[in-house]
Amino acid sequence: MNGVAMHIANGIVNAQVSAIFAAIAAAALAICVWRGRADLDDRLAPMAGLVAAFIFAVQMLNFQVLPGVSGHLLGGTLAVVLVGPWVGALCVSTVLIIQCLLFADGGLTALGLNITNMAVVGTAAGYLLVAGLLRVLPKTPRGVAITAFVASVVSVVVASQAFVLEYALGGTTELNLTTIAGTMAAAHVLIGIGEGLIAAVTVATVARVRPDLVYALRRFRKTASPSPKPAVPAPAVGGAA
Amino acid sequence: MKKRLGWFIAGGLLVAALLAGVVSSFASSSPDGLDAAARKGCTFDADDNITGGTCMVQQEQDHQMKDSPLADYGIKGIDNEYLSTGLSGILGVAVTFAIGGGVFWLVRRRGNNGGDNQDNEHTEDHAPSGATSA
Repeated sequence: MNGVAMHIANGIVNAQVSAIFAAIAAAALAICVWRGRADLDDRLAPMAGLVAAFIFAVQMLNFQVLPGVSGHLLGGTLAVVLVGPWVGALCVSTVLIIQCLLFADGGLTALGLNITNMAVVGTAAGYLLVAGLLRVLPKTPRGVAITAFVASVVSVVVASQAFVLEYALGGTTELNLTTIAGTMAAAHVLIGIGEGLIAAVTVATVARVRPDLVYALRRFRKTASPSPKPAVPAPAVGGAA
Repeated sequence: MKKRLGWFIAGGLLVAALLAGVVSSFASSSPDGLDAAARKGCTFDADDNITGGTCMVQQEQDHQMKDSPLADYGIKGIDNEYLSTGLSGILGVAVTFAIGGGVFWLVRRRGNNGGDNQDNEHTEDHAPSGATSA
């Protein structure tokens, strides 16, 4: 077995902390279903299925970032731009659940940790940046590509630090946390750049072909929605702080 | 679903299937950022057993699903690595779209423009229950 495991395995973080994060993840997903239903119409539902399938596919494409170290897309920011924060978090979770149950990737005990990091924290961080950046950047394919790139880099690094927090709370080996945080951050800045490039190309392509299918363009366009509420509430970041 | 959206979804799925089915075989096999950090501090022999040091993976336990026919992104019984990885990837894309798209379709907001107003059942908290299996 070499390098096929991409997510947190069983036993890295102890059972109690894993259980706490499973509860946090479950609560966050319940909120996402509740809020996401308002977004999910006949057009967004199949699009969300496609986004989940696409993230699954691209997560298989590990790219080299350092000698002996690779990385892959997490997908939170990509999902936020295309289908919005709530449904986006559900897309990433769907991928993680299927990878865990069918492909034995990411421990079942660790599923809550993985969902918290990648689907909840990563998506929330990506969303905050996307919402902020699209207020100043032009709502064009290029603007949305730059947004996706920057938000991806930040989101991946933040998600990697969420793991460090979990390890600080329940790591099963005595190790220096500062070293872990540094190692994780360094690798994930590079992974984030790779993810950013993939996300930028993807959203720019969709924005060119079917701009009406890009949630971030629809939702944040000034004229589109009649209900004036540009200041969007932050999604559940329960596990972050 | 409108016809043009159907074509877009089909096109997107084709791209995903090509990425998971073909390009995936050329992906890097080095441990990813998390795995590399988890192995840091230990030394490993050729069979990937820990031979010394201190690192996060020391306490790692087996995956509950390690005997899944699709475990580790391959298909049990297919020896050709490209075929095994590629087919498992295509299967994964299909399953993810079917389950993800199916659940999203079931919990979607109805009535506004779809026109299919079947009996409006409230399946609010039904969907995520599968998500909380941990």
